[in-house]
Amino acid sequence: MATAAKIGIGSAINRVDGVEKVTGTARYAAEHPVENLLYGYIVEAAIAKGRIVSIDEEAARAVPGVIEVITHLNRPHVAWTDHSYQDELKIPGSPFRPLYDDRIQFSQQPIALVMAETFEAARYAASVVEVAYAAEAHNTDFEVAVGDKYVPKKKRSGYTAPKNRGDAAQAFADAPLKAAGDYRLAPEHHNPMEMFGSTVEWHGDGSITVWDKTQGSQGVHAYLASVFGFSKKKVRVLNPYVGGAFGSGLRPQHQVFLAVLAAKKLERSVRVTMIRNQMFSHAYRPQAIQSIALGAETTGKLTAIRNAATTSTSRYEDNMENVVTWGLMNYDCPNADAEYTVAQVDTATSADMRAPGAATGMTLFEMAIDEMAYEAKVDPLEFRLVNYSPIDAMNGTPYTSKALREAFREGAEAFGWSERSAEPRSMRDGKELVGWGCATGMWDAQFSKTSASAKLTANGHLEVACATSDIGTGSYTVMTLVAAETLGLPPEQITAKLGDSDLPTAPVEGGSWGAASTGAAVQLACQAVGKKLLKAAGEIAGAPLGDAKMDDVLFEDGCIVLKDTPTVRVPFGDAMHAADLTEIEEEETAAPGFGDMWKGLHKSKNTHSAIFAEVKVDEELGVVRVTRIVDAVAAGRIINPKTARSQILGGVVMGVGMALHEETFPDHRLGRWMNHNFGEYHVPVHADIHDIQVIFVDEPDPEVTPLGVKGLGEIGIVGTAAAIANAIFHATGKRVRSLPITIDKILD
Amino acid sequence: MNRFDYARPASVAEAVQAGAGEQVRYLAGGTNLIDLMKENVDRPMTVIDINRLPLDAIEELDGGGLRLGALVPNSNTAWDARVEQRYPLLSSAILAGASPQLRNAATNGGNLNQRTRCYYFYDVATPCNKREPGSGCGAIGGVNRIHAILGASDQCIATHPSDMCVALAVLDATVQVTGPDGDRAIPIADYHRLPGDEPWRDNTLKPGELVTGIDLPAEDFTQNYTYLKLRDRLSYAFALVSIAVVMRVEDGTIAEARVALGGVAHKPWRSTEAEKLLKGQQPSPQAFGAFADALLAGAVGQGENDFKILLARKGIIRALKQAAEATPQSQTDKRVA
Repeated sequence: MATAAKIGIGSAINRVDGVEKVTGTARYAAEHPVENLLYGYIVEAAIAKGRIVSIDEEAARAVPGVIEVITHLNRPHVAWTDHSYQDELKIPGSPFRPLYDDRIQFSQQPIALVMAETFEAARYAASVVEVAYAAEAHNTDFEVAVGDKYVPKKKRSGYTAPKNRGDAAQAFADAPLKAAGDYRLAPEHHNPMEMFGSTVEWHGDGSITVWDKTQGSQGVHAYLASVFGFSKKKVRVLNPYVGGAFGSGLRPQHQVFLAVLAAKKLERSVRVTMIRNQMFSHAYRPQAIQSIALGAETTGKLTAIRNAATTSTSRYEDNMENVVTWGLMNYDCPNADAEYTVAQVDTATSADMRAPGAATGMTLFEMAIDEMAYEAKVDPLEFRLVNYSPIDAMNGTPYTSKALREAFREGAEAFGWSERSAEPRSMRDGKELVGWGCATGMWDAQFSKTSASAKLTANGHLEVACATSDIGTGSYTVMTLVAAETLGLPPEQITAKLGDSDLPTAPVEGGSWGAASTGAAVQLACQAVGKKLLKAAGEIAGAPLGDAKMDDVLFEDGCIVLKDTPTVRVPFGDAMHAADLTEIEEEETAAPGFGDMWKGLHKSKNTHSAIFAEVKVDEELGVVRVTRIVDAVAAGRIINPKTARSQILGGVVMGVGMALHEETFPDHRLGRWMNHNFGEYHVPVHADIHDIQVIFVDEPDPEVTPLGVKGLGEIGIVGTAAAIANAIFHATGKRVRSLPITIDKILD
Repeated sequence: MNRFDYARPASVAEAVQAGAGEQVRYLAGGTNLIDLMKENVDRPMTVIDINRLPLDAIEELDGGGLRLGALVPNSNTAWDARVEQRYPLLSSAILAGASPQLRNAATNGGNLNQRTRCYYFYDVATPCNKREPGSGCGAIGGVNRIHAILGASDQCIATHPSDMCVALAVLDATVQVTGPDGDRAIPIADYHRLPGDEPWRDNTLKPGELVTGIDLPAEDFTQNYTYLKLRDRLSYAFALVSIAVVMRVEDGTIAEARVALGGVAHKPWRSTEAEKLLKGQQPSPQAFGAFADALLAGAVGQGENDFKILLARKGIIRALKQAAEATPQSQTDKRVA
């Protein structure tokens, strides 16, 4: 029987929430209408370190509309142990507590919250709060802090210690060819489009509903319960739409703490939002310095890898990233060692930002690899193939899959890499030097225990639900496609629900594990519904399906169909009617190790990419244009090619920013980020972005995750800046080892 | 922002009358003033909304020039057929700045009067002599990548951020103002000022004076001109260095050349003395280089912005070449011509 083209996993469909987003009906955290709201504005510290001596609130309280000024002196009771403030990321140290006491730990730290009838009144009143400080000596200069770098005793969750092999020091000393240098990455701030904001509805019965900008409603839920002593049933956290986050929303941010604090104190519904420059008051990608030394034979075969990195953290927490492991995993080289340390500066704790660790460590490493390839006079792509490791070279374990070789081949072909002339400055277009560079990208294919529910009603409507988030990644659409695939229903008959702490348990969305984990949970829940349907069909008079088991049927067009006799079809409604069911609801949990995943238990699981970049550089003026990028990605199964491509495009654009633009400038005397606005913190704009071609390499992998999905949130940014930096070298003959590569670094 | 009185006069006379008080600001497009008020950098007691004043036309002047009304949006000015045909440099400079949305809202008068984008000026938690006289200059010895290399003082190293004004400087425009003491015309070269020891004064307007228009002289430059803007990304960023050039080339010789720099000083930077070096010269890298050295004589870096001196020198040479060859910089194709 002919059927319409089935929509399911692999279908390139539009975002199911696209219309709501582009028509403005999708409400973000600070947009939910609540009656009788008060508005909060955060007063920030002007100094980087010290104590608050006094706070003069008189002028602020005199501003018409101001209700209250909340400080450490008059705040309601909050938890006092560090443990109570721990979030899902479990970063060792003492998590920051807003308005806890008189201590200033970083510039722009929230030190008071002005509550008023309007946002404008609160904002103005905040500007007339007079604070006297007793300043203490601070240091925000990472280059100075590196002198006191150290290995944190306690490791944060997800940290992998590098494993050395052979004798890299000796091998480097003996190597006929060497490349070595210090590579740097400037501090970057996430700056998602939507700024942090929280709306708290105070119900008056001891319960609250919180709309928060977060990557994890349940993480915020647990945090609020723990910090404010709410019973878990009395708090509900919602984040149905999130306007980007890039990791800045992994941890509960201080506006949600402040909003709930104010609601508690005033027993009113409140909203607290940050303005753009306050987005520089918290999370940022750590500043990094990476010393890389490579040794090779004259053939280009690597003999030594030495990789030592330090990243910035705060005085009060040890934020760690996996920076140095990538190069050791990716390259076949008998001798390798690595060291990872952190150094403290008086800023807020650095944070995960898109591909944390890899975007830094793999990118800088790939810049060094390019230098080594030039030392060896081997084409940079060929160099990567000469040193290709089909297994995880650091851990000595096979990968569940690694189609990087195919990515190189397909990417190079699409880019036209074979036309490249090796010499720097040898290609030009008018006044512009042309450069072609390539790099490898790498990220983890992760899976995290996740639950989901599926509810089928007799009218044929299916609702799937999970407490995961959609931070622009396409989770709604992924859930819909997986459900459509599993139960054979068209997307129009499916509703995906997420972003609600009351829904089945999911981890904070991040690390590129969302699609694989949520998808698997949705599939399981839908399969459970399918089983119930099959059972219900048994009640139909004459038992048209006989004693068919799940393996004997498939679900198609809202019917249970016998595989062997496809003309035998039982509509879902008929089955439910026969069993007198008005709905079927099932909840399931996908945990690591189920399905074929056990086979991959002791294997390494990673995504890979091959990035090719073309730059054109004005020879005299140093103006760089990134005219072409091809990113060939090996990331297992692609659920929705359309949103998947968007994911990679976004990552690549962010990589262009990392290569050329993004940098937050601290004034070390003031201990303060100075370009904290969108005028002067530069991210790429349309004129900076030209052709970007995304290729998904075929990479079937049933062992990595139940759906064979590896995740795409991070891989697009990893290595992109290296491909561009390497292209700039090829164009200009100039090695710039610090990102971003701004015009002053090229000019000479 | 603070609470303020608001007036929306119907005539220029009424506006000037209302503008006589203390802490008064005229509001046009608001693309800068409103930001400054929200950031509490500027706290006027009275805001006079001049958007209904009849200053929104571009008119022919007797003798062949054009008068650009103070309230004409930047985009309408840039795309006005007369401006495009007779003063293409001005169109080009305007289109090099901001974004289409901002240019739609921003006005010609407002563009003249926009304030610096110095980080310290905008952040009320930091010292700034321009914002708070006597508090010190945070940028000196601080983060000063975008700051002045020419004409700065030990009180202030801020730059004027406009692109349009750099073009007006070489077109020898005149700013028409009116005020409590009547009308007057200020040559563009005298309109903006250097910071000296009064860095809070951006220009030479007297209290209560209102810009009514900008006069462009009859002399046009339709062939040999360019506006080259060098910045930290290819669009929507203030100039690190920008260069406006108009030139008259006769029989392969430069009869006249005028050059102004943006992004390097508290006002568009121009030297008629240095321009004499170009007069009678044949276009050549040597002649352009000698001129660049003369124009940049006295340039001083502040550390992070040292590179601007070299960038300006190379930019001047390229811009002169663009102008001499009648290959002006496109503002849509970001490849440097």
